Amino acid sequence: MISLEEGFFAFFLIVLAFACLIVAGKTFDQVMAFHAGLGALIAAVSAFVIFKNYFNDGGIAIPQEIGGKPNYNMGPVKFGAVAAMFWGIAGFLVGLIIASQLAWPALNFDLPWTNFGRLRPLHTSAVIFAFGGNVLLATSMYVVQRTSRARMPGRLLPWFVIIGYNVFIVIAGTGYLLGATQGKEYAEPEWYADLWLTIVWVAYLLLFMGTLWKRKEPHIYVANWFYLAFIVTIAMLHITNNLTIPVSIYSTQSVIVWSGVQDAMVQWWYGHNAVGFFLTAGFLAIMYYFVPKRADRPVYSYRLSIVHFWALIFIYIWAGPHHLHYTALPQWASTLGATFSIILWMPSWGGMINGLMTLSGAWDKLRTDPVLRMMVVSVAFYGMSTFEGPLMSLRSVNSLSHYTDWTIGHVHSGALGWVGYISFGALYCLIPWLWNKKGLYSLKLVNWHFWLSTLGIVLYITAMWVSGIMQGLMWRAYDSLGFLEYSFIETVEAMYPFYVIRALGGALFVIGSLIMAYNLWMTVRHGEAEEAEPVTSGSLAAAE
Amino acid sequence: MSVWAKHKIFEKNTFVLLIGILVAVSVGGIVEIAPLFYLKSTIEKTEGMRPYTPLELAGREIYVREGCYTCHSQMIRPMRDELERYGHFSLAAESMYDHPFQWGSKRTGPDLARVGGKYSDAWHVEHLINPRSLVPASIMPGYPFLANNRLDTRDVAQHVATNSLIGVPYTEEQVNSAARDALAQATPDSDAAFEFEERWPTATIRDFDGNPGEVTEMDALVAYLQMLGTLVDFSIYDNQANLR
Repeated sequence: MISLEEGFFAFFLIVLAFACLIVAGKTFDQVMAFHAGLGALIAAVSAFVIFKNYFNDGGIAIPQEIGGKPNYNMGPVKFGAVAAMFWGIAGFLVGLIIASQLAWPALNFDLPWTNFGRLRPLHTSAVIFAFGGNVLLATSMYVVQRTSRARMPGRLLPWFVIIGYNVFIVIAGTGYLLGATQGKEYAEPEWYADLWLTIVWVAYLLLFMGTLWKRKEPHIYVANWFYLAFIVTIAMLHITNNLTIPVSIYSTQSVIVWSGVQDAMVQWWYGHNAVGFFLTAGFLAIMYYFVPKRADRPVYSYRLSIVHFWALIFIYIWAGPHHLHYTALPQWASTLGATFSIILWMPSWGGMINGLMTLSGAWDKLRTDPVLRMMVVSVAFYGMSTFEGPLMSLRSVNSLSHYTDWTIGHVHSGALGWVGYISFGALYCLIPWLWNKKGLYSLKLVNWHFWLSTLGIVLYITAMWVSGIMQGLMWRAYDSLGFLEYSFIETVEAMYPFYVIRALGGALFVIGSLIMAYNLWMTVRHGEAEEAEPVTSGSLAAAE
Repeated sequence: MSVWAKHKIFEKNTFVLLIGILVAVSVGGIVEIAPLFYLKSTIEKTEGMRPYTPLELAGREIYVREGCYTCHSQMIRPMRDELERYGHFSLAAESMYDHPFQWGSKRTGPDLARVGGKYSDAWHVEHLINPRSLVPASIMPGYPFLANNRLDTRDVAQHVATNSLIGVPYTEEQVNSAARDALAQATPDSDAAFEFEERWPTATIRDFDGNPGEVTEMDALVAYLQMLGTLVDFSIYDNQANLR
C-alpha cells in the first residue's frame, strides 16, 4: 500500500501542477507564465519521483533505529548544506557586482535585468534567505535529530521542506530580475512566492516539532529553543507583513493591505525582526551546538542561556521602530523602539558571553583550529554589531547615520562577520560529519579563507563608517553665510574612493568563499573516510 | 524548588515552549502597531490628498519594479538642512494611499518626496535615459528602455479596483474608466483627456515623455515623479489641526 504521506504529497503535487498549468495558460503576464510553468514542471516531476520510488521499493518502511542507534535522516541536511554553499557564492558575487556598480555606474549596462535596483534585492535575498536560510534549515535538521536522538518524522516531509524552500528561492530571485517585486525591503517576493513559502514554513514547523516530540532525551536542548523561536516568529512576521491582495490570480502583482505610516511600522517590525529572529536567534542556535561541539567543552552557563533566551526574544520584537526616527511615525513609537534597542544590548551580550566563555579551558585551540577561530571571531563580531546597533538607534546618532552608508556598514559587520562566519564554521564542521570524513581536506585553506575574508570585512566596514559619517556630516554642513555647503551630488562624488575600497573588501570575501567551496569539495571527494561513526557524537548533554 | 528548576516545564514540553515563545514575541508588536490605526496624527486627513490617477499608479509600479526605493527615500525629516534641501517635512497623510509605503531607508540618491515640479518633464526624460548627460558625477543607472516600452494598460483597471477594495477612495467611475484614463492623462487635447479632467480635476494632463506617438512607461514614471509631494498646499496647511 502507498502510505498516507506519499498519497497526500502525490495528490497535492498533481493538483498543484494542474493549477499552475491553468494559470500559465490563461495569463498575459509573462513572468507569471514563466513561474507557473516552472511550478507545474517541478510539481509534476516531484509527483513522478514519488510514484517511481514507490514502485521501486514497494514502500518498505524505513527503520527508525539500526543496531540500537537512531537512523538519522541526513539526505536533506546534505542537500541544504550544498545549496547553502552554492547560494552563498551566488549571493556574495551579486553583492560584489552591485558594490562595483556604485563605484562604476557603467556596470549597470542600462538594461532592466542588470540595474542596481533589481540586483540589490537579489543580493539581500540571496545572502539572507538563500544562503542563511539553507544554513539554518540544514543545521536545524541536523541538530534537532542529534540532540533529540530521533529520526525526523516522515519520508517525504523533510525533502518537501528543503526542496520547497529552494523552489521559493528560485521563484523569488528570478522574479526580481524580471521585475516582479512587492517593493518592501527584505520582503520583496510577490504574493504567490509568499504563499508558497508559508506552506513550506508550516511544514518546516511541523517537521521540527515532530522531531522534538519523538525525542529520546528528556530535555529539549538549548539550541532547539532558539530554532523554534526562529521558526515560529518568522512565520508570524512573514504572514503579517505580506498581507496582500493579488490584483488577479493570473498576475504577479498584488497590493499590500497596509499603507503609509502603518505599513512603515509593520515593515520595520518585520525588517528588524528578520534580523532578530532569522539572522540572530537562528544563528545563535548554531552557536549553541557547534561551538561547544568543536571546542569539546560544555556550554558556559545554563542559567545565562535561559535568561538570555527569553530576554532576547521578548525584547527584540520591540526594536523595529528605531528605523523610523524623525519620520511621520509618532515620536513615542520610535523612542520606545530605541529604548528597547538599548535594553537589548544586555541579552545580546549575554549570548556573546555564553558563546565565548564556552571556550574556557580550550582557548589554546584557537591557535591550532582555524574553524573554531572563525566561530569565535564570529561571536566577537556579534558582540560588536550588537553594541553598534543600540548606539545607532539613539535619536541623535540616528539623525546622522540614517539614510547613509553607516547603516550598510553596520549590517555587513553583522552579516559578514557574525552570520557569515558562524555559518562557515558550521559548514566546515558539518560537511566532514555528513560525509563521514575524518576531517577537512585542508586546514591551511581554512586559514587562507579566514584571513582573506577578515581583511575583506575590515576593509568593508571601515570604508562604510568613513563614507557614512562623512556623508551625514556633509548633508548638514553650512557655510559661514548660512547656506548649505554641499550640493547632493558633491556628497555622491566624495563617496567614490570608499565605494572602491568596499568593492575590494567584497572581492576578498568572495575569493575566501571560493576557497571554502574548493576545500569542502575536496573533503567530500578525497577526504579520508572515518572508520566508524563515533557513538558519542550527538549525545550532547541536555541544557543542564 | 528554585526558579531555575521551574524552567523545566519549557524544556520538557514542546507545546509549552511554543506557547511561551508566542506570548513573548507578540507583546511588542501589538503595543507598537495597534495604536497607529487610531491615533489622530497617523490617520490625519489633509486637504489636497487624493488617490493616484491610473497613470500615476502605473508609474508608481514602475518605480517599485525598478527598485528606485533602494537608493531614494521619500521621507523628509524635520531638520533644518533637510527642510532647506528638500522642502516641508513629510506628513503621515502624504503616504496614506501608498500600498506599500516608499519611505525608503537609504539616500544613495537624493530624497524624492517633493521632487514633483522641481525639474521639467524633459529633464526627467533625459535624466532617466542617461543620468550622466545632465549630472556628470551621477552614479544612477540609466533607464533608456522605459522610453521604448509601451505602457501596458491591460491590468491598470484591476490595480485601481484592488486599491479601491482595500480602502483607497476611488469613485466607481474612476475605477471603471481606469484603463482609458491611464492613456488619456498623457494624451492632451483628446476627447478622452476632457473626460479625464472631469473625473480628476486636480491632476495634470501632459505628454510627459515628449513623444506624442504613444503612451510609454516613461510617461507613467514621469507623471508619478512630477506629482510627488505636490498635493498638499503648505501655504494653507494647518499644522495644529491634528495635534492633541
